Amino acid sequence: MAAHLKKRVYEEFTKVVQQQQEEIATKKLRLTKPSKSAALHIDLCKATSPADALQYLLQFARKPVEAESVEGVVRILLEHYYKENDPSVRLKIASLLGLLSKTAGFSPDCIMDDAINILQNEKSHQVLAQLLDTLLAIGTKLPENQAVQMRLVDVACKHLTDTSHGVRNKCLQLLGNLGSLEKTVAKDAEGSAVRDVQKIIGDYFSDQDPRVRTAAIKAMLQLHERGLKLHQTIYNQACKLLSDDYEQVRSAAVQLIWVVSQLYPESIVPIPSSNEEIRLVDDAFGKICHMVSDGSWVVRVQAAKLLGSMEQVSSHFLEQTLDKKLMSDLRRKRTAHERAKELYSSGEFSSGRKWGDDAPKEEIDTGAVNLIESGACGAFVHGLEDEMYEVRIAAVEALCMLAQSSPSFAEKCLDFLVDMFNDEIEEVRLQSIHTMRKISNNITLREDQLDTVLAVLEDSSRDIREALHELLCCTNVSTKEGIHLALVELLKNLTKYPTDRDSIWKCLKFLGSRHPTLVLPLVPELLSTHPYFDTAEPDMDDPAYIAVLVLIFNAAKTCPTMPALFSDHTFRHYAYLRDSLSHLVPALRLPGRKLVSSALSPNITPHEDPSHQFLQQSLERVYSLQHLDPQGSQELLEFTIRDLQRLGELQSELAGVADFSATYLRCQLLLIKALQEKLWNVAAPLYLKQSDLASAAAKQIMEETYKMEFMYSGVESKQVVIIHHMRLQAKALQLIVIARTTRGVDPLFGMCEKFLQEVDFFQRCFIADLPHLQDSFVDKLLDLMPRLMTSKPAEVVKILQTMLRQSTFLHLPLPEQIHKASATIIEPAGESDNPLRFTSGLVVALDVDATLEHVQDPQSTVKVQVLYPDGQAQIIHPKPADFRNPGPGRHRLITQVYLSHTAWTEPCQVEVRLLLAYNSGSRIPKSPWIEGGEMSPQVETSIEGTIPFSKPVKVYIMPKPARR
Amino acid sequence: MPEIRVTPLGAGQDVGRSCILVSIGGKNVMLDCGMHMGFSDDRRFPDFSYITRHGRLTDFLDCVIISHFHLDHCGALPYFSEMVGYDGPIYMTQPTQAICPILLEDYRKIAVDKKGEANFFTSQMIKDCMKKAVAVHLHQTVQVDDELEIKAYYAGHVLGAAMFQIKVGSESVVYTGDYNMTPDRHLGAAWIDKCRPNLLITESTYATTIRDSKRCRERDFLKKVHETVERGGKVLIPVFALGRAQELCILLETFWERMDLKAPIYFSTGLTEKANHYYKLFIPWTNQKIRKTFVQRNMFEFKHIKAFDRAFADSPGPMVVFATPGMLHAGQSLQIFRKWAGNEKNMVIMPGYCVQGTVGHKILSGQRKLELEGRQVLEVKMQVEYMSFSAHADAKGIMQLVGQAEPENVLLVHGEAKKMEFLKQKIEQEFRISCYMPANGETVTLPTSPSIPVGISLGLLKREMAQGLLPDAKKARLLHGTLIMKDNNFRLVSSEQALKELGLAEHQLRFTCRVHLHDPRKEQETAMRVYSHLKSVLKDHCVQHLPDGSVTVESILIQAAAHSEDPGTKVLLVSWTYQDEELGSCLTSLLKKGLPQAP
Repeated sequence: MAAHLKKRVYEEFTKVVQQQQEEIATKKLRLTKPSKSAALHIDLCKATSPADALQYLLQFARKPVEAESVEGVVRILLEHYYKENDPSVRLKIASLLGLLSKTAGFSPDCIMDDAINILQNEKSHQVLAQLLDTLLAIGTKLPENQAVQMRLVDVACKHLTDTSHGVRNKCLQLLGNLGSLEKTVAKDAEGSAVRDVQKIIGDYFSDQDPRVRTAAIKAMLQLHERGLKLHQTIYNQACKLLSDDYEQVRSAAVQLIWVVSQLYPESIVPIPSSNEEIRLVDDAFGKICHMVSDGSWVVRVQAAKLLGSMEQVSSHFLEQTLDKKLMSDLRRKRTAHERAKELYSSGEFSSGRKWGDDAPKEEIDTGAVNLIESGACGAFVHGLEDEMYEVRIAAVEALCMLAQSSPSFAEKCLDFLVDMFNDEIEEVRLQSIHTMRKISNNITLREDQLDTVLAVLEDSSRDIREALHELLCCTNVSTKEGIHLALVELLKNLTKYPTDRDSIWKCLKFLGSRHPTLVLPLVPELLSTHPYFDTAEPDMDDPAYIAVLVLIFNAAKTCPTMPALFSDHTFRHYAYLRDSLSHLVPALRLPGRKLVSSALSPNITPHEDPSHQFLQQSLERVYSLQHLDPQGSQELLEFTIRDLQRLGELQSELAGVADFSATYLRCQLLLIKALQEKLWNVAAPLYLKQSDLASAAAKQIMEETYKMEFMYSGVESKQVVIIHHMRLQAKALQLIVIARTTRGVDPLFGMCEKFLQEVDFFQRCFIADLPHLQDSFVDKLLDLMPRLMTSKPAEVVKILQTMLRQSTFLHLPLPEQIHKASATIIEPAGESDNPLRFTSGLVVALDVDATLEHVQDPQSTVKVQVLYPDGQAQIIHPKPADFRNPGPGRHRLITQVYLSHTAWTEPCQVEVRLLLAYNSGSRIPKSPWIEGGEMSPQVETSIEGTIPFSKPVKVYIMPKPARR
Repeated sequence: MPEIRVTPLGAGQDVGRSCILVSIGGKNVMLDCGMHMGFSDDRRFPDFSYITRHGRLTDFLDCVIISHFHLDHCGALPYFSEMVGYDGPIYMTQPTQAICPILLEDYRKIAVDKKGEANFFTSQMIKDCMKKAVAVHLHQTVQVDDELEIKAYYAGHVLGAAMFQIKVGSESVVYTGDYNMTPDRHLGAAWIDKCRPNLLITESTYATTIRDSKRCRERDFLKKVHETVERGGKVLIPVFALGRAQELCILLETFWERMDLKAPIYFSTGLTEKANHYYKLFIPWTNQKIRKTFVQRNMFEFKHIKAFDRAFADSPGPMVVFATPGMLHAGQSLQIFRKWAGNEKNMVIMPGYCVQGTVGHKILSGQRKLELEGRQVLEVKMQVEYMSFSAHADAKGIMQLVGQAEPENVLLVHGEAKKMEFLKQKIEQEFRISCYMPANGETVTLPTSPSIPVGISLGLLKREMAQGLLPDAKKARLLHGTLIMKDNNFRLVSSEQALKELGLAEHQLRFTCRVHLHDPRKEQETAMRVYSHLKSVLKDHCVQHLPDGSVTVESILIQAAAHSEDPGTKVLLVSWTYQDEELGSCLTSLLKKGLPQAP
């Protein structure tokens, strides 16, 4: 909510209205169906009792209604409404009216008069409220029609005096959603019927019913979201509501205050009971801070969250939030944090008596102590030690946001964040670690803080440890003792949890490269070298030793004096590690050694440009293709594909683009090849074998297009059009091939119709992009569409064939950023020779740990597939909670897969791989009718197909027969 | 004039021996019944003879409420109920009811078995006393009798600690007992709704302190313990058997687990195991974390903490011992303290408040030589640390609670007079409400103006609603009706209904008035003139001319008659019911001015 509101605040107060695309009725395929309205009418007439009628209506509501028949249905419903005496049936009809008016492609202005009409005669409050809801649906459907809006606002104002809170609620909602914006108020100012919506809504801030008060505030927020600039006078009204008895009112009021404070940050407001004045945003900040100690945790969460986004607050207010002004027996006392800092800065930290001096110091003037209402004082201190972890998390998030914008605040809140690492709830610890990572460029850890941070490395939760590793990757440590401490703790962590190996190595890599000068004095100790004794050569396979080396080598990269301290075996180990763990060990300029790799690596950046140019050039070469003869073009395509693939391998940052374009070219190549087949020239029945090749090509193109559409992140709509276009061509090819190889016309009918539907669908989806597709296959196809609709299948096929051959090669515009989705399964590693034994018929849980790169929405798309040796395949949907998001574009899947099988005689391998599920239908906008009813969750989650995107891992398993 | 009277028998400008008498709406309630740690003579118990010198207490008290199980809040209970004699109900929460007898028994043992006191309550008395206890659930409204009701709120101080709202009619008092506004490792924070009581009786132990965040305190504590143990020293933590002890146990237990420490942690006295058992059971009273995770692991099932045996105190090597009682005034903690006090490697951590006169208070105030009984002098070489772990609200917390409850008056108890003074001043200044701090035996009287609820019949209300706009809080509205006082309640009904209910016949009350008009014309004509005159003046009233020659305005009848003596003068007879008094009098004054001259 906060982010959303914030977006609104910074937006211009304008509104972009997207118009529903008009459908061209002539080209639409329609199937005749029995009229909905007729059936409903009959049903309703049959109904003998209100309960019966209600049943019919409920049944009716389960099925969607097409836009064309909506009006008829509405008429029948209205007709029945007038006759109906039972309020529950009227209520249902009213709600159906609202639902129906949301149907896409139906313009509800025709039923508005009726709705307002029945509203005037309605007595039941519930039905009234529902009718107002319907009007709201109608009003939101017609955002452009000023007259309608004015009228609805009038209706709402009239019913505002209703005695039922439900009706008043809905009226306020209506006002909030439809109340005219300032622009129009000014325009109609000469008319007497101008209503100041804000004033009307504001009057209901003091309604007797808390629900109505809440609705009024919400309506006000709605006005704001719609772009109306709220008056500053609302601020005082909202402040009064902060002490309301009801939590939902207070919660909404906090939001409203926040909104006003963002609108008028620099206004000056007086402080009551004194003649001073402060900025409005500071005042609001103080008030919201006060709400952090509210009685209701809902309000506390709300307040803590909003604090995070108040960046204009003056720094002295901000810093108060961390200061509680301790006292003991009326004497000023310093916080433990202050004491720790003092000890540290005075250099006494490691002295014997550490905590002795918390004795209170100076006397406090009793008159000057202000126990409440001291504005922002200590808000975060309270928030961070709140009882509910929801509040603590919100407070940590807010701290994070504020610290990101203010380095001095970041420095101050560090102590508190570090303290949060010892929270009792894991989520909070995790959140505070992440927060710390986000603000890490603003801070440097003191040794005592580092100590607390590192203590968390022993946490038994893997997420916490990994988050901490990430944090250590980007922290600044101030002393060499700090580095040493961190290394020792990390090594301890490594022995305790060997699975953390990769993460710890990575962490040390960054730690080393960030603090070369701090590592330097530690090197002899770390490598346990001795000035004049040779020490034993450490074991090269020891992960701890590798960890130390990773730290040192990375530090040595920017510290040329360091290699002088290495002993002989260290150099050997360097060479080995540089090869085996090249991602962790950088190339070093070692004295007296010829560096093969170093010549290449430092020069990567200057080379980047030419390779990009190369990519562009080779693609341009291909796009000029249509003028070449087929033979030459095929060769050119083949060469280019090969070049691109190689380029992708060499230049990881261009891999996405190169792969993407190569795939597209491959599709084109396949299409050209298929069209070059001789089969087209010969009579149909003779070419069963070759047609195999063509149909295989069609199938492969389809697969590739799915990959292009779903496996790359950053694909924009202009690419999607081209991909779909390619797929359409493949479908046409498939149709032609089938037409030529099957006898009889009957199956063709269905296929032709299906194909034409596809074309229709394509046109509807990408109508905006059609102008870019000049001269393309689909362009021509659409020109001939009326003819195709009426032609026989054989003719259709013939037309398609010629068109396919004549169509030009479409230029694929390259997206800015494109990345291929990829996945690596870390666990199971597939190395174990010990089969996983379990009793047949029972299940065994297999831990799967994988990293996913550039996968959008992995929760719904990534599946795990298990392939048994008998060919049986199983797809497992991991839980949404199994996905972690350690960084942008990266995801981590840690889940358990349950395996089971009947008994085997000997162990055998099953394959585990990750799949990317896709559903091309997901691009179609859904109708509100479907959303309204709760009938079709499976429609959204349905999977059209899957693309394997990780290397399969083999797991040795052995289901034993059960012992009797 | 109705009033609320409050008399602290204990805890008035003092800590310990909490016992407060409240008279509200004719009901007498005793809040808490505690003992004083600092005394071992008669002064340790409240002076119950204040309530009555003769006769049984039961006749004078409607109920007793115990806020939590600490002895300074419930220690005098068996003495009060069994030895002085009280048979009425004693209300407490379920955990308090379960744990209270264990502590009382422990207290009795120390007093009788160790100190050899006679005339002390017996185990049987404790049992009998607890039979009179009635369990109260959180937020449950208990009807003590027809008028008195009590309701418990979560107070957080120890397991089962509660704040109580005592309500008679529309008057109410909230007694907080001890409470904590910051959650700790095992308990949540105190919470109360906006109940707007007439009086809030709050503890004020930390009236002049604003504490650091609990996280620093925890870290500090762990660091101190850890360092001493690493040095090979012994750590003594005197605690009340229950309450803080559990929090510190959870803290140390998790720390030991995380740091993989081996030094043993002991918990003295057998009663703890029993009490710990109750802690495991009363999970709903603990904080969010324990409530959420107890299914996987009950946090009160300690792995590292073992029972203490007396012999262990002499064994070498580092250890941590929790021992009772918390103020080092007697019992095991004092024994261990004596043994360890001589070694500077050792450490004693006082985790809470110490009452004046206890050994704890002495060593905290810096005394290094202690005089024990038998003229022995003990030199204290061990480190003495104070960690504020006691779960009382600090000054900010008290203010926060006052802000939440929005009382009309505040009364401070359970604190030192000097500190209360400061808080009192702050409360008066910042909330602009009056604040009291009576000493023991001093009575505070608060006049109240209870609002009396009057029932209104729906018909009447609807009729009034139909006449005008919605009720507006800022404007008074005039309403016609009849107030019936019957069976001790008040009802506002329409007059017709009142008549019907009371079986009375309606009396017509009519005012009549004669107005002399000088008009020589005939009666009919005069009436006609009056009619046309009124018609023109009273435009929005219904003026009719009836066939019998009379004129009506609404229900007011006007008849014209010739004067018996002077035919030139006509007498207008104006008659109206008392309901139309306003219009009637207005009409007569209008007519008295005379009719306009005929055209």
